[in-house]
Amino acid sequence: MRLAGLLFALALPAIAAEVPLSERRSGYDLMRPETRAMQDDDAANPAMLWVMEGATLWNAKPDAGSRACADCHGDARVSMRGVTARYPAFDAAAGHPIDVEQRINLCRTTQQHAPGFAFESRQLLAISAYVARQSRGVPIEANGDPRSQPFLAAGREQFQRRRGQLDLACSQCHDDNWGRHLGGAVIPQALPTGYPIYRLEWQALGSLQRRLRGCISGVRSEPYDYGAQELVNLELYLMWRARGMMVESPAVRP
Amino acid sequence: MKRRDFLIAGGAIGAALGLGAGAARATPAEVKEAILQLTGAAPVKTGRVTLDLPPLVENGNSVPLTIRVDSPMTVADHVKAVHVFVEKNPQPYVASFHLGPRAGRASVSTRIRLADSQTVVAVCEMSDGSFWSGSADSVVTLAACTESD
Amino acid sequence: MASALINVPSSARRGEIIQIKALISHVMETGYRRTSLGAVIARDILRLFVCSYNGQEVFRAQIHPAIAANPYFAFNTIATESGTLVFTWTGDNGFSATESVAIKVE
Repeated sequence: MRLAGLLFALALPAIAAEVPLSERRSGYDLMRPETRAMQDDDAANPAMLWVMEGATLWNAKPDAGSRACADCHGDARVSMRGVTARYPAFDAAAGHPIDVEQRINLCRTTQQHAPGFAFESRQLLAISAYVARQSRGVPIEANGDPRSQPFLAAGREQFQRRRGQLDLACSQCHDDNWGRHLGGAVIPQALPTGYPIYRLEWQALGSLQRRLRGCISGVRSEPYDYGAQELVNLELYLMWRARGMMVESPAVRP
Repeated sequence: MKRRDFLIAGGAIGAALGLGAGAARATPAEVKEAILQLTGAAPVKTGRVTLDLPPLVENGNSVPLTIRVDSPMTVADHVKAVHVFVEKNPQPYVASFHLGPRAGRASVSTRIRLADSQTVVAVCEMSDGSFWSGSADSVVTLAACTESD
Repeated sequence: MASALINVPSSARRGEIIQIKALISHVMETGYRRTSLGAVIARDILRLFVCSYNGQEVFRAQIHPAIAANPYFAFNTIATESGTLVFTWTGDNGFSATESVAIKVE
């Protein structure tokens, strides 16, 4: 089954500068041992606080008349296993790929008839973390849906485009200079294997979109709004970069 | 000195030095003053206290720290409390851990904030009234990118 | 109530030294940060964490702003008898949280 999964319908022309598949390393490998220990111990990983809250929300009815996630999806350990590993995924009704947070909100509004959660709200992050936790150890698929192809290409173009006052493209740090230092920090390869992450810099759990907006503002460029298709396309491309690597969620990162 | 008095005295130091919001740094002198408040005139011996602190931190917002004290932890001979101080944070205090013979082992782990590269000092109060201390240094760098949310 | 995660071995031998890990969700706002407009963000921290074993205090931590957000403490205690471990956190703005965990001692 895993081998069949590797025959991706999605392909992009190879670019010499991209990190070769065999040289890919998770941000985990580039962290100090103490930070890795924090991620490895579920009793010490602060992200687990959000996972616990997510479990509670999973079983709660938004109001007396509606259904809880569990009412349709049952035990998340079974039904959600592999979900985060294959998102962003193409949503036929929307006509474009959506990420897990958008999927959760779609369920909230269309199936639970409840208001959607704000992006980066505690509840949305909690459910996203709980769902992601169920994919720990599952290889990332980057969804072989051919309908996602143009969005994947758009995401790659985002990654390689210079932007902002610093006129930097993502690829210049994450393809050309990974492993080197930016200030005191080691530059990772931009492989989102552990999202949502507990980021020490944020002192909180956050989504991949938060991280992308942070990087984009970091090069002094106006970041896209949460939920913007540009960000989802970037997420899709980044997950594709990480295809075949194991999900580590919820991870700890500096 | 009772615990409560120590806490109030700590506040007094801060007020006396005019440390308010936005104040930059404490100093090694303040740490000495804070330790003096704790120990009175009693001598503080170096030893028996080991600090596990990364020499270079991943991020100053969250630095893992483990303090171990060499003590049999019996009713007759045990660690009463471990007090942790820092030299270059806005305040010299980090935490005070109160143990006792029921601990079995004098070892506490936590995660602390370090505002700058500095020395972390742990002063241990023993059941016989003696004080022992240990310290460790850590290098702290700021995040490479400033991001706005 | 804030989320708290406690890790205690569910059973232990009498006299065994066990390790307890306690993690609680709290922003630990230091009182030294400012908003982008320069206004001070008020201090909001935990002040005290206490662990009691069948009513007897076995560990206490007095907490200052230098403890990282989502405070984590790992400490030891001797498994003396079966019963309940009660964990209490108190802090600014009337913050209070309690968790109880049962322990079986053979």
